[in-house]
Amino acid sequence: MTSSAIEASGLRKAYGDKVVLDGIDLEVAAGTIFSLLGPNGAGKTTTVNVLTTLMKADAGTVRVAGHDVVTETKAVRAAIGVTGQFAAVDDLLTGRENLQLMADLKRMPGAQGKRVVEELLERFDLTESAQKMASTYSGGMRRKLDLAMTLVGKPRIIFLDEPTTGLDPRSRRIMWDTIRQLVGEGVTIFLTTQYLEEADRLAGRIAVLDQGRLVAQGTPAELKRQIPGSHVRLRFAGDAEIAAALRVLTDATRDAEDDLVLRVPSDGGAQSVRTLLTHLDTHAVDVEEFSVHTPDLDDVFLALTGRTSEKVSN
Amino acid sequence: MSDATTMLNRNVKHTLRNPVSVFNGAIFPIVLMLMFVYVIGGAFDIAGNYVDYITPGMIILTICYGLSGTALSVNSDMTRGIINRFKVMDISRSAVLTAHVAASMLRSLIAIAVLVGVALIMGFRPAASFPEWLGAIGLLVLATFALSWITVALGLAAKDPESAGMISVPLVILPFLSSAIVPADTMATGVKQFADYQPFTPIIEALRGLLTGAPAGGDTIAAVAWCLGIALVGYVWSLSTFKKRA
Repeated sequence: MTSSAIEASGLRKAYGDKVVLDGIDLEVAAGTIFSLLGPNGAGKTTTVNVLTTLMKADAGTVRVAGHDVVTETKAVRAAIGVTGQFAAVDDLLTGRENLQLMADLKRMPGAQGKRVVEELLERFDLTESAQKMASTYSGGMRRKLDLAMTLVGKPRIIFLDEPTTGLDPRSRRIMWDTIRQLVGEGVTIFLTTQYLEEADRLAGRIAVLDQGRLVAQGTPAELKRQIPGSHVRLRFAGDAEIAAALRVLTDATRDAEDDLVLRVPSDGGAQSVRTLLTHLDTHAVDVEEFSVHTPDLDDVFLALTGRTSEKVSN
Repeated sequence: MSDATTMLNRNVKHTLRNPVSVFNGAIFPIVLMLMFVYVIGGAFDIAGNYVDYITPGMIILTICYGLSGTALSVNSDMTRGIINRFKVMDISRSAVLTAHVAASMLRSLIAIAVLVGVALIMGFRPAASFPEWLGAIGLLVLATFALSWITVALGLAAKDPESAGMISVPLVILPFLSSAIVPADTMATGVKQFADYQPFTPIIEALRGLLTGAPAGGDTIAAVAWCLGIALVGYVWSLSTFKKRA
């Protein structure tokens, strides 16, 4: 067993003359969380589809769990679990029947299958709704059932395509906890997301995908060194105040979109904020509005590609 | 349990959740049969008991009517995420399709049983011997098998559930342009030629021959050949469409 759960090199995929993946190389160590970060349309789902045998790449090689996805498709499928962007549950079956279907397809003997089904219902807090049809479930419950179905048979490598998009904050937190538990059990997780915060909190390594290319790859700490850190935004009443502020704040820069706003690099901590405000106060500069800004996906994109993610998706 | 049995179990559950889909297949042919036998059929010049003539045609119409449910359920599997889950699992690729065909056949055969029950009450008196009964049942199983495969292919090819619902309409119209209700000989020349050379006429004639105890060799061979051909086309088309749609 090699230490790499997923290895891809030179992946290319095009639909007609629209290039979706333009030479992707990545490596995911076993038992870690790897996050593919990118805006809509960057090629995240296509990457997942290629890695999970749903789609053939035009060029490049992929090994998942040590098996080639093209020549050893069956072995790859037996090792992985996939939860797509849209809940893949059977609406006309109950929650319990959905899980039982997975247990049967994984060829679990009757008693073992039943036990696994009950354990998963319990784990995902679905026991009460187990007898109800999946069509009556809320969005959060469907995602939970979907992930539970993926976990039947304990796959060693799990692909999660935007698992928290559209979830409410509470369901998102539950999803994060579940992902951490899985890694604790030795599972490898390949996660796509559009949220820097999510990748930052969960992943050991992050790769940033933009228009089918990986524009950066590294640990969250390495990646954050490449992007502008958090900063404080100060809004002033007029040009005179701005000019006064610029004289006392040597590291401040004007905001690109708002003439009355200055950006001052800061870790956003109480101590540094107090120092900053006291400094302005002693020089009698009035601040109208004040906010702390932590970097988001837009900042990452701006720093790495010189464009905002908004423009990328258009 | 094999993958196909597991999948069939799933499709049967779907049908049990929505039993109307089975009876929909039977109700329209029953209403038609009542109308033709008691209202319109009196004016037809057909030798013997008219209900004996029309029942084989209505049996085939029953199969065709039930198929829209099959096309819909195949299509909704493809257009919802569930199919991708099956595709990334280490299971037999054709199990999903085989199960749809088997479930479709089960629904058809139940609807046929209901229709035949009504026909018997209306005075349908088949004169088939035991081997002819076996032949008739065999032919029906083969015909539902063939029509189910072609419907699965159509359901896979349809872009969305709306078009899947419409796609089986030609299969419902064809029996009307065959010898189901009146002999093809009585039709206008163009329609007669069409009726003579389309698959439903030999299938219905073969079934009628077997049930009335006067099997027609030529029709039976043509019926079996048509069914095998339709089944083969449906099977090959289904698998290739299934592989193409991610």
